Amino acid sequence: MDDAATPEGAGPDAPESGAPKRRSARATKPRRRASVIGVLGELLLTAGVVMLLYVGWQLWIGDVIYGAERSAQAQEQSEQWQQQYEEQAAASPSATPGTPGTPAPADTTADPVILPEPADAEIFGIMHIPRFGPDYQVNIAGGITRPRTLDPIGIGHYPGTQMPGEMGNFALAAHRTTWGKPFNRIADLHVGDAIVIETPDGWYTYRFRTLEYVKPSAVDVLLPVPQATDVAANGRYLTMTSCSPMYSLAERIVAYSIFDSFTPRSAGAPSSLNGTA
Amino acid sequence: MYAALWRILPGPWWVRVLILVILAAAVLYGLFFYAFPWISEIVNPQEVTVQ
Repeated sequence: MDDAATPEGAGPDAPESGAPKRRSARATKPRRRASVIGVLGELLLTAGVVMLLYVGWQLWIGDVIYGAERSAQAQEQSEQWQQQYEEQAAASPSATPGTPGTPAPADTTADPVILPEPADAEIFGIMHIPRFGPDYQVNIAGGITRPRTLDPIGIGHYPGTQMPGEMGNFALAAHRTTWGKPFNRIADLHVGDAIVIETPDGWYTYRFRTLEYVKPSAVDVLLPVPQATDVAANGRYLTMTSCSPMYSLAERIVAYSIFDSFTPRSAGAPSSLNGTA
Repeated sequence: MYAALWRILPGPWWVRVLILVILAAAVLYGLFFYAFPWISEIVNPQEVTVQ
């Protein structure tokens, strides 16, 4: 525009002094000085890219990172308990009739050891679900707050509900999407699937029974007999709650399981962990 | 802004590209492991419990 205008001599006042100076300024430093609009545009582009990255992180990369982290943490915890047990067994050999390591011919079961209720964010168990793959292992800790238990650790235990193997209801909550999504495939469970809770004492095997969808206010799923008020505990239940539909606050999905057996650590890992039994 | 960044980086073009790649990796790490988890707690309400 300026190039077309200046040679015509549109400004007869001082064309020689004005036009060449402007042209030389353009030629030597084209776009040298970043304009406000240019910087603003680059900032907006950057913000857009960061937002896309956030979506990618939230829906995909974050779960890959956290999922691997959860599994590694639980693996470490499991090994630590096993090591503690072996050290104890070595210290008092009379107390261990079976040598650890030799596979028991059949699963040895015993009366379940009942742990005391854990403190907030205290890890007391590891959940294994063979249906979700051999690598599926997530720590379980006390409390159901997001900042202290569900986001940083994985699975939370409803305070006031029973403990693994105890008569009544062992109730847990975890994310179904994001934060490593421990309960992501909760709707894929089949009737009879093993849900194994590992603690320092051994393995509690529960068997999945049924799914239910409830309103977020349905606290009666946490009762000793789920959804039955004023009924004394009549069995050993496991209740898992998560969000439903995925990414929504509207409802909750609830998975009920029933206690099957307890395998003490001295008997070695139960066959239910292999997903075959 | 980015043009200015390119100009103040030293060395030949491939050194600058290398520096930028390292910078980008550092920024991504900060976002994925610190910024996004923090933002997620604020902007992504998720309730998995009954109460």
